[in-house]
Amino acid sequence: MALKIVKGSIDRMFDKNLQDLVRGIRNHKEDEAKYISTCIDEIKQELKQDNIAVKANAVCKLTYVRSLTFSCNTLFCCTRIGYLAASQCFHESTDVIMLTTNQIRKDLSSPNQYDTGVALTGLSCFVTPDLARDLANDIMTLMSHTKPYIRKKAVLIMYKVFLKYPESLRPAFPRLKEKLEDPDPGVQSAAVNVICELARRNPKNYLSLAPLFFKLMTSSTNNWVLIKIIKLFGALTPLEPRLGKKLIEPLTNLIHSSDSELIVPLSCIAVLISLSSGMPNHSASHVVCVIVKYLGLLAMSKILKTHPKSVQSHKDLILQCLDDKDESIRLRALDLLYGMVSKKNLMEIVKKLMLHVDKAEGTTYRDELLTKIIDICSQSNYQYITNFEWYISILVELTRLEGTRHGHLIASQMLDVAIRVKAIRAFAVAQMATLLDNAHLLTGNTQRNGICEVLYAAAWICGEFSEHLENPLQTLEAMLRPKVATLPGHIQAVYVQNAAKLFATVLRSQEGNTDSTTAQETSQLMIDRLPLFVQSANLEVQERASCILQLVKYIQKLQQKDVEVAEEVSALFAGELNPVAPKAQKKVPVPEGLDLDAWINEPPSESESEDEKPKAIFTKEEPKHSRPRHTEVDEKELARRREARKQEQANNPFYIKASPSSQKVYQETPGVEHIPVVQIDLSVPLKVPGLPMSDQYVKLEEERRQKERAEKKKKEKKKRKEKRSGRGKKHDSGPESEEDITPAHMVDIVTEEMPEVGRSGMNFTEKSSKHKKKKQKKEKEEKEKKKKKKHHHHHHHSDGGGEESVQNGTVEEEEPLPVSLCACVCDIQGNLQDGSQVVVSVIFENKCNSFLKSMEFNVLDSLNSKLQRPEGAGPHDGLTVPFQLPPGVSNEARFVFTVQSIVMPQKLKGTLTFIVKNEDSSTHEKLDFKLHFTCTSYLITTPCYSDAFAKLLESGDLKGSSVRLEGVNMPFHHLLARICFHHHFSVVERIDSCASMYSRSIQGHHVCLLVKTADQTVSIDAKCDEPSLLGNVLDEIKQTFSQC
Amino acid sequence: MQFMLLFSRQGKLRLQKWYVPLSDKEKKKITRELVQTVLARKPKMCSFLEWRDLKIVYKRYASLYFCCAIEDQDNELITLEIIHRYVELLDKYFGSVCELDIIFNFEKAYFILDEFLLGGEAQETSKKNVLKAIEQADLLQESEDEYLSVKIFK
Repeated sequence: MALKIVKGSIDRMFDKNLQDLVRGIRNHKEDEAKYISTCIDEIKQELKQDNIAVKANAVCKLTYVRSLTFSCNTLFCCTRIGYLAASQCFHESTDVIMLTTNQIRKDLSSPNQYDTGVALTGLSCFVTPDLARDLANDIMTLMSHTKPYIRKKAVLIMYKVFLKYPESLRPAFPRLKEKLEDPDPGVQSAAVNVICELARRNPKNYLSLAPLFFKLMTSSTNNWVLIKIIKLFGALTPLEPRLGKKLIEPLTNLIHSSDSELIVPLSCIAVLISLSSGMPNHSASHVVCVIVKYLGLLAMSKILKTHPKSVQSHKDLILQCLDDKDESIRLRALDLLYGMVSKKNLMEIVKKLMLHVDKAEGTTYRDELLTKIIDICSQSNYQYITNFEWYISILVELTRLEGTRHGHLIASQMLDVAIRVKAIRAFAVAQMATLLDNAHLLTGNTQRNGICEVLYAAAWICGEFSEHLENPLQTLEAMLRPKVATLPGHIQAVYVQNAAKLFATVLRSQEGNTDSTTAQETSQLMIDRLPLFVQSANLEVQERASCILQLVKYIQKLQQKDVEVAEEVSALFAGELNPVAPKAQKKVPVPEGLDLDAWINEPPSESESEDEKPKAIFTKEEPKHSRPRHTEVDEKELARRREARKQEQANNPFYIKASPSSQKVYQETPGVEHIPVVQIDLSVPLKVPGLPMSDQYVKLEEERRQKERAEKKKKEKKKRKEKRSGRGKKHDSGPESEEDITPAHMVDIVTEEMPEVGRSGMNFTEKSSKHKKKKQKKEKEEKEKKKKKKHHHHHHHSDGGGEESVQNGTVEEEEPLPVSLCACVCDIQGNLQDGSQVVVSVIFENKCNSFLKSMEFNVLDSLNSKLQRPEGAGPHDGLTVPFQLPPGVSNEARFVFTVQSIVMPQKLKGTLTFIVKNEDSSTHEKLDFKLHFTCTSYLITTPCYSDAFAKLLESGDLKGSSVRLEGVNMPFHHLLARICFHHHFSVVERIDSCASMYSRSIQGHHVCLLVKTADQTVSIDAKCDEPSLLGNVLDEIKQTFSQC
Repeated sequence: MQFMLLFSRQGKLRLQKWYVPLSDKEKKKITRELVQTVLARKPKMCSFLEWRDLKIVYKRYASLYFCCAIEDQDNELITLEIIHRYVELLDKYFGSVCELDIIFNFEKAYFILDEFLLGGEAQETSKKNVLKAIEQADLLQESEDEYLSVKIFK
């Protein structure tokens, strides 16, 4: 017996692994059940072992056994355990999953509801796109199972299936909607759950369900369901403002009625906040902060955006939260503080924060506090600071923090303030001198002396503004202490340089003094101390020190001869150094004779031949198409990026400023009469922080004057609470007068303060249209515009119908609508930079009397062509058209498609959904259309030289084909022009009634034509490296001519 | 909900349920990181913390920490409520539940969780219904077990 046990355990050393098991089962076809039961016994034994690897192997095998479809296993216990194991071990890359599909399907259709139940539960944990696709139908059937237990699970799991296999959403949705009114509350709540989660991803599609949910909300008593519904409404209200109004009453009712349950009111409040802009704040929201601090703070930061006042009254409470032990809460409170400072309370808040800095434990939190303080103070260009002396002293206090990493931050603030606020310099210099004097305090701990960066700022300020120093000699002495050599190199460099500046100041102050000993002593001091720096390991320190040392030696010689040197030494550092504003480039005057609007290179031929050539062709005999092509990689890359950016901007509804988007194009041209100015409707309130612009002007102007006055009376300076001066001054100690510069300052500050999207962004920069870059852009836009205009006219004259097919693509409206929105594709064009992209420009024209909004453009993707959607969007999501259309207005939008094969023409079906808004109602409308991508639209007019053309034909890579057109009675040059215009060819050479033409597809296929004419018959011999593309292009050409 | 973890005060993982597919390595990393962060928090601190781009909601019951990860837009309080409901369910099922119950009958704990949550969403809010489903399933399993053992001993 004992022997047997030993033998058994030895056997186990050669345990079967998964492969062996599979092989074994296959080999035991006849007595499968028996074999498996022995296997299971083995597995049981293995599971009892201590060895983890053996155990894992056992579980693996067990899971596989489970996933097999063998007859004896209909036992619930196995199913239950099996699915539990599977849900814990499987993940998307587990390959066994592929084998399980059938077993799962079998379990799903099992008569035992608990079998089905565990199968659904298990599936929810490891559903893969493949499984979702294969099982979607089965689960859908289960959604109308007789047992609510199954229905409920099936409904819930559908959400996972939708995520993995979005195609299933469309067919399943009606049934899902049905389940909202299921008699069983569990199923109902599951359906609410699923729809709520779906709506969060794409709320628009679920607006139509709002009434149903409204009913549910007012009737349901289940809190869990209520919360989900409220959350759903939270997602819906931004899209439908009227819904918000309707919701206020039931929501407030809910807040009051729900007793102990806190969650419901909280989520109500969250929704109320989101829709409360413009409405008086509901008093209930104040209750929150007392109860759950964290959520309260979170909610308050949301309230803050719309009702800053009501939050500000809770300042003390928020400050108290800073004392909280919990870092989550403290950080939240800090965030809140940032948003609620004002001129009045800034000092108080910062004072509190300073207290906390002292108390704070742990450097990370303290550093966080420090950055927050600086952020708070410096936000919007020091908007809230009324007293800069105070700010400097705060900064100086902050330097006493030990071991902070943010020394450079403090330093940059000091520099910034000292340079930009002239009035403060005297004070700043005095403070900095003290700092330098006590430098040993800062550098005491060299291990983590991020703070010594401050000395960099201090030294620079003392040097640069040394005229304000009371005792320059003392500071100089402090800067030349031997200890300085332990500082980092870049700081030493600044020390050395500024020591020289101080030296100059000292000399000047001693000028005229009959007793020259002080001046000479200073020189001696320099000569004594500088050698220390000359030996520095840092090259820059070394260089500066040796340079200055020689200079001082020379000066000393002159001094000994009693020559007056101070003037000349100071001249070394004359003039004021200034920071350069990021936008300073604009202010540099354009040199004479430089025309920034002129093209440096010829514009790319592609656009040109599109814009102007066709006209020329129609009138002139001999169009010359040979134009040098730009093959520089950089140019291409740039153009591609520009295109990408344009596209992105066009799709971004929030982008207004400087976008070459069509709205603006129309706005700027007076020439295009039939396109009215589109009002930019900003559905999202744009909040420009800070004062309104006009105020800003007044204020700045006022300050500027005040400042000028202040400068005249230098002595009064300190008393004045005068703050801001413009940045980026060109104060070249003389010739330039203040008047020349000051207006520019204002421009700079204002443009800086306004965010990119602010309403002022556009108007303002438009006015100051000095920006050369802009003009260039405009010019380009104008060209595009011309093109569009032409197309547009074309459309109008042709009045839809048959003529449209002459264009590269058409939109065919399938149903005539009472509301007529006219969409016309004006251009389908390949993207040269990306062989797989086609850009479709669509002009939308509103022909009815109502306002059209929320337009959504959607196309049913085919295998070959896909609409490019923003990242994260599902393959069925529509693209929002980035504008709204008032009556009678038209606008253009561009859509990018990716195509794989371009050799066949194709049609895409699509729909445009939009909301027609009348004064009293709004309705959803839909417009079906077809997009026709002809092969021609993949061709790009590309000029070709005749020799290159000949070479191409000789190469023999091209396959030929030909076509004959009968009864064409138009002049030959018209015929050529037509081919050029409609099919994007260019003429390579023309001899009498014979011409060679060339074009290239976006994927680089060459298409060559030889067109001959004689007696109303045109023969076209064509060659191309892709025969089917060629065939289609020829067909299209034929069609073009058959229509005339 | 993205996942739920149960671990003891000593940091031993007692139960894990992942509603998003992740590799084992990733799971281990997350678990280690979260257990450390949560255990380091003091009892009086709030039950929420922001972690990566998720929100972590946790609650301690006796020596066990129940820890859930939810997305940014999800409601923290309802998650707390879910945790509490789950504890109530365990309590009802085992009869004043303790950590040992979960260690020895971990599969039951999983079954209860599965009846209560599905794919990270609450599927059944009624305690009675959940327990009924579990009991029925247990009954079924037991009868089968008996049947099996009878068969084996034959």
